[in-house]
Order: sequence, then C-alpha cells, then structure tokens
Amino acid sequence: MADLKNLKCCNECWHNKDNPCFHFIDCITGKPVCHNDVDCEFEQSKKMSQLKNENSEIIIIFVGSGTCGLGAGAGKTIKAISKYINENDVDARIVEVGCIGICTEEPLVDIQMPGKSRISFKKITEEKVNLLLDSVFGGDIPIEHVLGQYNSRLSIDGIPLLSELSFFMHQTRWVLENIGIINPVNINEYIANNGFMGLSKTLQNYTPIEICNQILDSGLRGRGGGGFLTGKKWHMAQSSSAEQKYLICNADEGDPGAFMDRALIEGDPYKLIEGIAIAAYAIGASKAYVYLRAEYPLAIKNLKIAISKAIEYGLLGSNILDSGFNLDIVIKMGAGAFVCGEETALINSIEGKRGMPKPRPPFPAVKGLFGKPTIINNVETLANVPKIILNGAKWFNSIGTETSKGTKVFALSGNINITGLVEVSMGTSIDDIVYTIGGGIPNNKSLKAVQIGGPSGGCIHTSILDIEVDYESLKTVGAMMGSGGLVVMDEDTCMVDIAKFFMDFIQRESCGKCIPCREGTRRMLEILEKISSKPSKGKSISQLERFHSILHLKSLAEVIQDTSLCGLGKSAPNPVLSTLRWFSDEYDVHVYEKRCPAKKCKDLLVYQIDNTKCNGCTICSKNCPSDAILGELKHHHYINQDKCIGCSACLDVCKPKAIFVN
Amino acid sequence: MISNEKILNKYPDPRRENLIPLLQEIQELHGYVSRETIIEIGSHLPLPASKIYGVATFYNQFRFNPPGKYHIQICRGTACHVKGSSNVLDMLQRELKIKAGETTRDGMFSIEVVACLGACGLAPVISVNGEFHADVSSKKLQLILKQLRAKDKGNG
Amino acid sequence: MFNIEVNSNLIEAKPGEYILSTLKRAGIKVPTLCHLEGLIPSGACRMCVVEVEGMHDLIPSCAFPVSDGMKIKTHSARVVKARKTIVELLLSNHPDDCLYCVRNEDCELQKLAKQHGVIERTFAGEKNKYFLDMSSPSIVRDPSKCILCGRCVRVCEETQGVSAIDFIGRGSKTRIGTAFDEGLNISSCINCGQCIMVCPTAALRGQRYIEEVQEALRDPKKHVVIQHAPAVSVTLGETLNCKNGADVSGIMTSALRTLGFDRVFETSFSADLTIMEEASELVQRIKTGGTLPMFTSCSPGWVKFLEQFYPEFIPNLSTCKSPQMMLGAVIKSYYAEIEGIDPDDIYNVSVMPCVAKKFEAGRQELSNNGKPDIDAVLTTRELAMMIETSGIEANSLSPSIADNPFGERSTAGKLFGVSGGVMEAAIRTANFLLTGYELEQSQILEIRGLDGIKETIVQLGDLTLGVAVVSGLNNARKILEQIKKGRNDLHFIEVMSCPGGCIAGGGQPIKTDIELIKSRMKSLYYIDKSEPVRASHDNPYIKKLYDEYLEHPLSHKSHKLLHTSYSEREVLI
Repeated sequence: MADLKNLKCCNECWHNKDNPCFHFIDCITGKPVCHNDVDCEFEQSKKMSQLKNENSEIIIIFVGSGTCGLGAGAGKTIKAISKYINENDVDARIVEVGCIGICTEEPLVDIQMPGKSRISFKKITEEKVNLLLDSVFGGDIPIEHVLGQYNSRLSIDGIPLLSELSFFMHQTRWVLENIGIINPVNINEYIANNGFMGLSKTLQNYTPIEICNQILDSGLRGRGGGGFLTGKKWHMAQSSSAEQKYLICNADEGDPGAFMDRALIEGDPYKLIEGIAIAAYAIGASKAYVYLRAEYPLAIKNLKIAISKAIEYGLLGSNILDSGFNLDIVIKMGAGAFVCGEETALINSIEGKRGMPKPRPPFPAVKGLFGKPTIINNVETLANVPKIILNGAKWFNSIGTETSKGTKVFALSGNINITGLVEVSMGTSIDDIVYTIGGGIPNNKSLKAVQIGGPSGGCIHTSILDIEVDYESLKTVGAMMGSGGLVVMDEDTCMVDIAKFFMDFIQRESCGKCIPCREGTRRMLEILEKISSKPSKGKSISQLERFHSILHLKSLAEVIQDTSLCGLGKSAPNPVLSTLRWFSDEYDVHVYEKRCPAKKCKDLLVYQIDNTKCNGCTICSKNCPSDAILGELKHHHYINQDKCIGCSACLDVCKPKAIFVN
Repeated sequence: MISNEKILNKYPDPRRENLIPLLQEIQELHGYVSRETIIEIGSHLPLPASKIYGVATFYNQFRFNPPGKYHIQICRGTACHVKGSSNVLDMLQRELKIKAGETTRDGMFSIEVVACLGACGLAPVISVNGEFHADVSSKKLQLILKQLRAKDKGNG
Repeated sequence: MFNIEVNSNLIEAKPGEYILSTLKRAGIKVPTLCHLEGLIPSGACRMCVVEVEGMHDLIPSCAFPVSDGMKIKTHSARVVKARKTIVELLLSNHPDDCLYCVRNEDCELQKLAKQHGVIERTFAGEKNKYFLDMSSPSIVRDPSKCILCGRCVRVCEETQGVSAIDFIGRGSKTRIGTAFDEGLNISSCINCGQCIMVCPTAALRGQRYIEEVQEALRDPKKHVVIQHAPAVSVTLGETLNCKNGADVSGIMTSALRTLGFDRVFETSFSADLTIMEEASELVQRIKTGGTLPMFTSCSPGWVKFLEQFYPEFIPNLSTCKSPQMMLGAVIKSYYAEIEGIDPDDIYNVSVMPCVAKKFEAGRQELSNNGKPDIDAVLTTRELAMMIETSGIEANSLSPSIADNPFGERSTAGKLFGVSGGVMEAAIRTANFLLTGYELEQSQILEIRGLDGIKETIVQLGDLTLGVAVVSGLNNARKILEQIKKGRNDLHFIEVMSCPGGCIAGGGQPIKTDIELIKSRMKSLYYIDKSEPVRASHDNPYIKKLYDEYLEHPLSHKSHKLLHTSYSEREVLI
C-alpha cells in the first residue's frame, strides 16, 4: 500500500530518490506542478481523502497496537479479529495504529463502517471480539463498549464524540495529533495528513539561519527537562563553520514513569523524522543519530521502517527534494543507563564508551560527537518542529505562559482513574490534568502528591495543585518539568518510601565518576533506610542518630547539588528535598514515632493476628517465607515479630482477614 | 557455540562506535555476552578487553550469564512502584528462590529488574521473553508462573 | 593576558588556560585528587571546586577555562564545606586502617582529611569490599582503598598505551579492574608501576620482598649480595632528607653494608657489560644484514609490551639480557667461581627503581636452567623502608664504594638511569668498535631531556645511523606503527617504559613532580660530565671480566650467560 507509485498521480510524475523533484510534496498533496491535468488533480485529492480513511468503501478496523495496547492484549484481539473476518468472509481491512493515549481502556478497537463515522470501542480483549463484530456488522452499536466516535459529518446520533470526552476535551493535541489515528508506518498516510509539508516548506523557502530564527521566535524550549531555548541551541551549532556537524535525537527516555517518546515513535515515527530533517538542515548537519532505548522494540521497529521508507521516497538521503540537502539517520540503541540522558554521557555512549559525563565547556554545540559540533534534542522537541514551520512561530507561541510556549505531553500514571498519554497547553494546572483529564483518584482515596519530573523532579503537594505547567513555576515548588512523567500518588503512598525509591534509583544509575554523586547519593539512601528501619533490628539506631541523619541529609544534599559533575548529580537530591519540604510531618512520624502511616515501610510495620477472627487454617504459616507464624491447625496463630520480615504474604492469603498491620 | 563471524562482518569498519551495537547483537544471538566474545570483539575492533568489559558492565542491558528459558523482566519504574511492584519482585524472588540478575538452577527462569518498560499506564508490568503482562499482582504472577511451568511440561 | 580576581586580588591569566593553572602560577593552593599534569582533565573528584561569581554551582577549577574579569573565591565557606564533605564521603567508603597502610603519612586522602579538619565520622554506612589482588609479582591492587580518581586508568591508557585496567561497573559499585575482574597477572599489565606512582592512596602498591631479604640476611649459610641500579642513587636521597636529585651512592653503599649485605655491587657495572654486548650486536646486525632497527631490551615493561602487542617485532629486540639479569648471571657464575662459593648459597638481591624488575627476575627465559639468577628485587621505596626500620642514620654514615669485581663503572653505565642514556652509552662504544677511536663529542644533546620521542642521526666513521629514543610506551606505539607503515631510516631505538626513564620508574619514591624528575636527570648528567671513565669499553673491570672469563663480546660464553630470546605472549588483551 505505502508505495511511492501509489502516491503519484500519473506516469508524468518522475520524482524518485535518485532524481528528486523540488515540488514533490506540494504536488501530491495539492495539484501537479509540472503538468496541468484536471484528472490528475482529481485523482490526487481522491487519493488523499482515501489515505485519510475518508469515504472508505470497505470496513476498516483500527486496533491500538502500541506497547500498552499489546500489553493489554491487543495482539490476541487482532488475531481474533482476523479470524472472524476470514471465517465470515467480511470485506474489511485491519489497521494497526499507535496508542491514542488512554491506556486504561486498552485494547482499543475502532470500527469504521462504510459511510459511517469511526467509533472507538474500549477494553476489547480477544473474547469480546466476536460479540462486538457480530453486533457492529449487524448494525447494532453495543453502547456499553463505546468509548466515543470521531468527529465527522457522518457521526451517529446517541454516541458521544471522542472530542467531547473530558479526557480529550481539555487537551491540545499538536504533537500527538496523528497517534492512534493513522497507521504509523504508512508514509502515504502521514503525507496525506500534512506530513513532510514542514520540511518541504523549509527546503523551498528558508535558509538554515531563518529556520533557527523561527524556532527561536516560537519560544520552543527543550522538552527533555532542562528547558533550554531550542532556537538558541541551534544557533550555537549553526554559527560554527565546521564541515561535519551532528544532530542527535535523544530518545533514551530514562525517566522511570515516562513513555511519551516511546508512544510518539511507535505511533508517528515520520513526524520525528521530519523534525530531525528540519533541525539537521537548520544546524547544517548531514548525519543524525537517534539514541533509542533498547527496551522499546516496537519503537525501534517502526522507526526503522519509517527511515527506510523515507529514504525510498527521497525524503532522506542525498539531495532531499532536489534542495542539495543531505541527511542520513542512524539508529543507536541505548543499552540501559539513565545517565545517558545527559548530553556528554550520551555522546560517549554513541562513541562506544562508558556513558560517563564530561566537564563542560567545551559544550557539545562546539565540540560534541567525534569532536564535532553536535546538537542534542529530545523527541518531543523535534516532533514540535514541523508544525511550527508549517504554521509559523506566532501560531505556536499564541498558547502557553509568559516563558513556556506551546504544549507539553505528559505520561499520566500511578493512582489515577485514567492512565495514559496527554498533551496540554502550557499553563494548564496540574489540578486540571489530574482531575479533569485524568478523572481523579480511584477507589475513593484521596490524592497525596503528584510526582513530576522523574528522579530529577519533585513531588507536588495537594495544597499547591493549582500550579501551572510552566518551566519556571514548577521550579519554585521544588519540582521541574522534566521529560513529562507525571505519577499520581494517593493517600496510601509513603513519601519517605518514594524518596527512598528515587534515591535508590539514582544511586544505582549514578555513573560513578564524581564523588558527590557516587558516594553522596548512596549515603543519602542509607540515611533514608535508617529512618525507615526498625530500631530494634540488628544494630540499634539511637533516636539521636536518626535525628542526626535528617540534618546530614539536608547538608549532604546541598553539597551534591553544588558540586556534582552533571545534571543527574545536581538534581539527584531533588526527590528528597521536595518530600522533606512538603511532607516533613511524615518524616517526623518515621523518625520520632518509628511509624509509617501509609504502611509502606515494611521494617516499621508490625503484623498481628486478630484472635477473634483467626480460624486456625494454617494457610498463613504455610505461606510465610521466614517461618515467623506459629500455630497448630484449628488453633489461633501468632506472629513471631523477631522473624517477621514484613513481606505481607500472610495478609494476602488470610481468608478470614484476621491479619492486620500496625 | 554459534559463530559471531556473521555479526562481526556486519561491522567491517573497525571503529569503537560499533562496540555497543556489536555487544547488543551478540547478546541477542547468545542471550548473554561471554568472555570469548569479548576477546573476539576486542581483536575485531581492535580494543583492549578491559575497555570492552568496562563498557559492557556500565550498561544495564548486558549480562554475562546465560538467561533462563523464561526471562522475566520486572519493571521498577515509578508508576509500577506506586502500584506495588516491589512486592511483586519480592514475591518473584521468593517463588523462584533466586535474586534479580540470577537464573534458576534448572535454567528455567531468570529475573531482570528493568528501570522502566515504558508501559506505565498498565502498572505494575512484567515482561516474559518480551511479552508484556499488565496489572500484575502477586496472585496474577503465581498464575503466570504456573502457566509457564505447565507449558514447559507440555512441551516435554 | 588578562586579569582575573581571586579572593579579592588581581592575578594574571592566560587566555585558554584552566583556572587551576592560573591559580597554581599565582601560588594559590587548591586541593586536587584526580588532576594529573599533562593529561586531559576528567573533572571527576570535585576537590578543586571554586566559587565563580555569576555561576550557580561550584566550578571545578581543573576543567574550567579562565575568562577576562572572572571573579573567583577559592576558599569561601561554601567551597570549604563542599570539599570537606567530599573528603568525608570518600572516607565513609574507605577502610580505616591507616596505621596498617604502606602509604601512611604519604597518602593524599589522609592529607586532605587533615587539611579539612575531619575529626569525626559524619557518614557511616556500608563499605565496598573487594578482594586484594596479589596475583602479580610486581603490583598489588587493593580496590577497597581505591577512591576512583581514575589516574591509574589514564596513565595506563594514555601514557603507556596498555589499558590493562579500566573502570568496571557503575554507580557505587564502580571499581577499577582488569577485563573480567581477573588478576593482574593474566592481564596485559606490563608491570611498569606507573599506576602506583599516580595512585593517591594505597590502592596500588608494589609487591614487597623485604621479609624474604631479611630472612636471607639472617641465614648464616647465605652469601647475600646486592646490586643497585643506576637510577637508585639519585632518588634514595629524597627519602633521607637530602636535596632533590642528590647522588647518595656513597652513603647508600655504606647503609647496605650496615644492613648486612655481604657484597654491594653496581648494576651500572653490568650496564657497561650490556653496552659491550649490545653495541657489538648492533655493529654485527648492521654488518651482516641482521634485523633492523634494533630495539634495546633492558626495560622489562617494554619487553612484555612488545611480546604481547607487537610480537612481529621480537626479532628486532636485542638479545641482550638487562643489566640486572646480566649481573645476576655473572654473580652466580664468574663471581661464585673466583670466590669459591656454591652458587646455590648466593642470595642475589637487587635494588631497582622499577617494579617490573620483580617480574623480570622471575622470567623463565632469564633463569639459569630454571634457577633464578636474581632471588629478590627491592625497589628504592623498599630500601628506604629497610633503612628506616633498621634505625640507620644514613646521613651520618661515611660514604664508601662498592665491591669489586663489580663495583667500578663508567659514567656511561650510570646513564642507563635516564631516557637516552643507553643510547649515548651504546654510541660511545659502537663508535669505538667501528673506528677504534673515542667519539669526539660524546654528549648527544638531541637525545637528552624529557621529550617522549627524541631522534637524531649520528655519524660513526663512515656509518650514518638513524637513532630514536623513546620513553612512555604510548610513544613506542607511535614509532612501531610508523615502522609498520614502512619507515626505514632508523637503525637503533632505545625504549624505556617509564616517561623519562628509570629516574621516574615505578619503584621510585612516590612523587610525580616534573621538577623533581628533572633534578634527578641533572644529577646523572652531572656525574657523566665530572668523572673520567666515560665509556663502557674503558671500564678496566669490564676488560678484566672479558679477559678472565667471557673472552670477547658475543662469545659463546657471553651468549650462554648474557643473552636470551623472547617469544609471543598470550594475555587477556
């Protein structure tokens, strides 16, 4: 389907990768430039409409097949659908699309009947397929499975529009516009949806400096965390006269709790390619690297297909669209190191070395990969670029706050009703994201904190939930924009435990080069472990020592921030500092009362058996891994606290619910 | 031992830049990076074995022992943590009687802790030989292990 | 040149230089740990941080360039607190066994702790435990004492081109080790010990043979002889409160006698012997069309380097044993014979500026039918320790001279201690062998000094020789690669493993100050200038040795005793 020849109007069109046409994109998305032919014009518009899946004559079934969809069972759903189609001889086409972002409702199956609007059905696991297809093909829409229908003039009454769902209504989907909607690897579909128009416009109308200026004017800032002005960065490399320059797209997405980049590459890889091409043109790079997490096999697969298609179409490679601009894109798989999000570490990693950061200056824009000027941009940053060029800087900076323009994609997860991928305009409040878009907290629990910015970020307390998504505002409360992980935590979350979790992550992921980060984060973790461990166990920890620990924690954190070599180290204490700042009472309870109110710090928990409820079934003692539960059949059991490791295995298996935690 | 020649020949250019891709492809083929392969890569690139070992031990991805028949990756991302993945990990280690990074004696299972699998919406997540399992509770995990064991027996 | 403001004073700075260099020139002391003069800054330890006005965080002065008008505080409260915390963090993962440590009172970490007033344990936590690697005959690695400054890794890679060790693992589990965490003995380590010289703590140290030597000295049946290498006498003084570079061979000889050695010999004597053989070999190779260029073979690190990395060049290596092994061989043959001692009763000790000599002494190729010619090798450091332990006030001893028949040397033999010295000595004798005359201009300035690669052309009669002098094995790599690519204008190449030669060897007192090394070099050249016997062939005892025992250079007997052959070596590389 996605063949260049299918895209052409007639044999007059000579564009190919070896002999590219300057007007290729204009021509196929509008009307032929090199020849005047009404039929061709008609043919092209029909093709574009078809590629947008408008007026399809056959049934189209879209299945959300991103990693989260597959995790929820989309693979089996697809098998069931094809089986149904084959067995019932239905004239239908199955299209695997990316993740539209509403993970909780996966697997998502959209069905577009000829002449009807496209309807999304939620949670269609394999066993539901036959029933669903039976009824939809029979003209009956099972409303209980409906998520919503797409906007079109063919919309069906009585079915909610997707765009009117609270989840979608409050989003501004620019970067995510195509994801979950189009076939991610079909280049023709991307082109039909305004794809490569930004690149085409760039090559036709602007000098590299003008592109840098436009991006600078747009106010686009790095979406990977730091928030440096992208245009400014590009100018730095642009102005260098070096013959070889490089562009690196950082798609390593190390933040545990973020999956924006994965979804973007899986769901719309051509957008990234177009963004890379424009950026490379702007800085004068002829080679670009995409540093992609090895844990993202589907993203790797889709990006590989997309690159080879783009080459085939003459949209990558040499003399792109006859402009004289050349670009090769190479995929490098990250091998699992959070620190490689740091620019100099990433460069070392691509060069085949240990991903240890280097002192700056020299900055990568001056002396980067293989010693050449190098610009490193994050996936989301680059994905913003094509639309900025297409619609102009003004269009982009019309939304957002004073210093943060455009939109930001967040990966919403944790204790929230709707987990998934959302894109909001800058300036949206966290409150809106959690409650209006994410549907609030499940199980009637209350919200405790929102963690934003991953291991380098901080926790936002409920009292300041109205804080806006804005680089500067978030910093004032001890958090940071980060790459976009947004983890919601309910009342059952222990903030000391969360601080411990991040410190553990950071100290394991520290590259080990500079002393404050290597040794300091480890000691910080130990201090946290100390205050959340049972005072009676092993070495006795005096009250004073526990108290001292907290004092050291702050002072140590300051030195780590002040002296670490790279951003990872400098921001390493943030999760601890932010929880100390907003949840100091929880620390107090841990230190002074030796209690974990959220019942998460295992060492501080005391498991007990309620004699009035225990029926002596022995199942708890059988499941106890440390042989801490004593008792005979049909007699009351009790727990030997010295042996108990607080694993909660007994709690999970006790049928009469006789076991409780103090 | 399957020959690495094919992989090495894919990178005829002896540049250090190719080191990590080489290690990745070799691990893909064998399931782990052996001492012999490191020496082999060393003479191909050429690069001292100490440097290759240094690089390989830096990154989470590389393992130096054969993985189990069922390689279980458990996600320890933030979302999974909030949703209780530490209990899942404890449970898994208890059940298989191995620690993360190890392989069971019978070579059946191995556990690997992964920083984030990027499927936070489905937390807690594990992946068995690349296949994702969502919303994994201790109970669900026991079921998965049971199925895997049964499957293996079924295969004889 | 422009000015920067440091602690409210203006000082001059050169554009492009790092802050640390500017401060150093102005005499402002900033503590460092990972910094190594001459290598690219790594910025790892953060000890050298300073406060720069307008910068949010503290700045590592070793890796940040100066700029016009920069305002710096080197010892503000914030900076001092940060440095102290860094030291405390290092200590929290360091074994507290200073009293049981070879670097006690000579440890950079200890010094920093004292400087920063660390008097209590701020952080207590788990410490990394690692195995002690005693596998190498030359070097002991104790990773638990390592502070991961990375100097050893850089020296091994950048100076020596060996890369036997690298960082392994990540985060707080990071350690320095060989491939697969194996012992040094099966790694590509060439035993040069340059890593020891740059190690701020005792994570790297030399193997110790003091106890073995002391035991031999206590054994009445043993005839214990000791030889000292040319470069030892100009460095030992540093440990005896003498002026840098002072030649203390007189009092050292007396001290050795006081320690109980039966005879004290000079390795410089056998350096003369080496020259006789090596110069003859060179002349023979040139005359008979042998393999050229010929490489010197007295540096054991270099020999191992060649065996493992460039085995194709083994035929180029001179077949001469090193002076240490030559003397070892003649002591256990000629000397035993004239003294009427059973060679098995001789305990042959040497004091070397080198830890690789310990490895060399154990080499099978250099033994006498499996029996070692050298029984124990001490380093300059070990000798200093023995002198201190014995309560000898070396400075109050009256100087004495070494024992014959191996106590006299020419100054050429003494020059073996410095890079270029073997070449100068060899040229003096080769010229004599070829022309029958002494060289008119015996000093060859082009091959003196501390440059890593020195080249010149010398005219010996009608023969024009291209010669090169190399020190630091990364430089040797460069030359070898040139030769591989077809370079053919060189006939003779002197290679010493350590930069600057044995005066900067891995067994010397632990200091890497370049000025100190220069003073050691100056001292050797002063000896050469001020003594009358300046060529090996003029050493009367050399003549005597040939007359009485060896007959002539390259004789059958010489071949048996003084020459050897090498072969390709398989190591983990």
